[in-house]
Amino acid sequence: MSMRRSLVKALAAVVALGFAQLAPAQDAAPDQLVKTVTLEVVELIAKDKEIKAGNRTKLVQLIDAKVLPHFNFSAMTALAMGQSWNKANPEQKKRLTEEFRTLLVRTYASALAAYSEQKFDFRPLRAKPTDTEVTVQVRVLQPGAQPVPIDYSMEKTAAGWKVYDVSVGGVSLVANYRTEFNNAVRESGIDGLLKNLSAKNRSLDAGGVADKK
Amino acid sequence: MMPRLALAALIGVLAGCASTGERDPRDPFEPLNRGIYRFNDTVDQAIARPVARGYVRAVPVEIRDRVRNFFGNIGDVFIGVNNFLQGKFEDGVSDWARVAFNSTVGLLGIHDIATDMGYEKHNEDFGQTFGRWGARPGPYLVLPILGSSTVRDGIGTGIDLYTDPLTEVRPYHLEYGLVGLRLTQTRADLLDASRILEEAALDKYIFQRDAYLQRRRSLVYDGRPPREKDPEDVDEKKPR
Repeated sequence: MSMRRSLVKALAAVVALGFAQLAPAQDAAPDQLVKTVTLEVVELIAKDKEIKAGNRTKLVQLIDAKVLPHFNFSAMTALAMGQSWNKANPEQKKRLTEEFRTLLVRTYASALAAYSEQKFDFRPLRAKPTDTEVTVQVRVLQPGAQPVPIDYSMEKTAAGWKVYDVSVGGVSLVANYRTEFNNAVRESGIDGLLKNLSAKNRSLDAGGVADKK
Repeated sequence: MMPRLALAALIGVLAGCASTGERDPRDPFEPLNRGIYRFNDTVDQAIARPVARGYVRAVPVEIRDRVRNFFGNIGDVFIGVNNFLQGKFEDGVSDWARVAFNSTVGLLGIHDIATDMGYEKHNEDFGQTFGRWGARPGPYLVLPILGSSTVRDGIGTGIDLYTDPLTEVRPYHLEYGLVGLRLTQTRADLLDASRILEEAALDKYIFQRDAYLQRRRSLVYDGRPPREKDPEDVDEKKPR
């Protein structure tokens, strides 16, 4: 009798533990999330001989698997497009988001690879527990130079905290694409911008820039 | 005090005119700027970038760190001056403490021991000081060889160069050697950034311009710029 009860208790404990381990992944504090993911990815890059030797495809795959789930790309695309976003139809919006995502992954992969050997200083989060929008601050410490601040603008969603803008050294990625996107739309419409973006991505696929280092 | 204010006022006036309302209001000289940008890019690809790549390949990272530290230490003198001019006395004292420690215990600056002691390196120049005093950046400019700038920052760069301690070095061949080494180190430190620019930008000129303007604004406010008016509002008034 008591044997069975303790078995049930043990089972319940195991189940509870299982959930306890799942739960943090869902609503991990945003600053913790940034720290965990950054350190994990940097460690994976450091350990991977192929990536260190310049295997871009593998690096992009790594970023794709580990980092991208924490980004909200449709929000990023909408913000970068500004007013032009409303001129796009659903199909165009979908394609814009996909192309922008591809472009950002590469940019982000290059940036992370460039910084992967530096030390990171994860700043304590200044936010109330009730906040649904926060900025997580990380600083990259480099010998003999001012630290480079990296700010992640994050929003709380049903699927956990998601990044909707990254700013490096005070340069917001989303804001920086806004002029380019608006110029392209003004000159040749949404489809023109789409053409520009996919041409850009294809040229990167061909390895034109990536291998020149 | 007076000349300072007069200079700030002059820059303000310069910044105030020359807005035409055509194209991007921040960049009224875009066609000219693009021409200089192409020239700079050609020079960069032909000379600066290959030299910087060769330097990175030939010189181990430990030595490059020391070279950066050495020039960084010289730079800290006027970084301190600029912090004082901006009324940030604590930062200025910290900058000069860095110079004192790094020049002595840090063996003429090749070791940045001050950072380990808790004196963090800052980024200041005269352009940022004018910005702190209230001077607007004015039109965007691409300067030959020097690259991205604005009217305000261009005047600032002029004073930075005029007050540069390296220009006091004699004999001349030593001065040129040191300036050349510093340029090479600076360009080498930007190799990753310029590669990312190549990858990320649809239009390199625009991407670099916007990044520069954002970066300078952030630096003037030491990384905490006040919330900007939505750039979309500016777009609204632009003629199509």
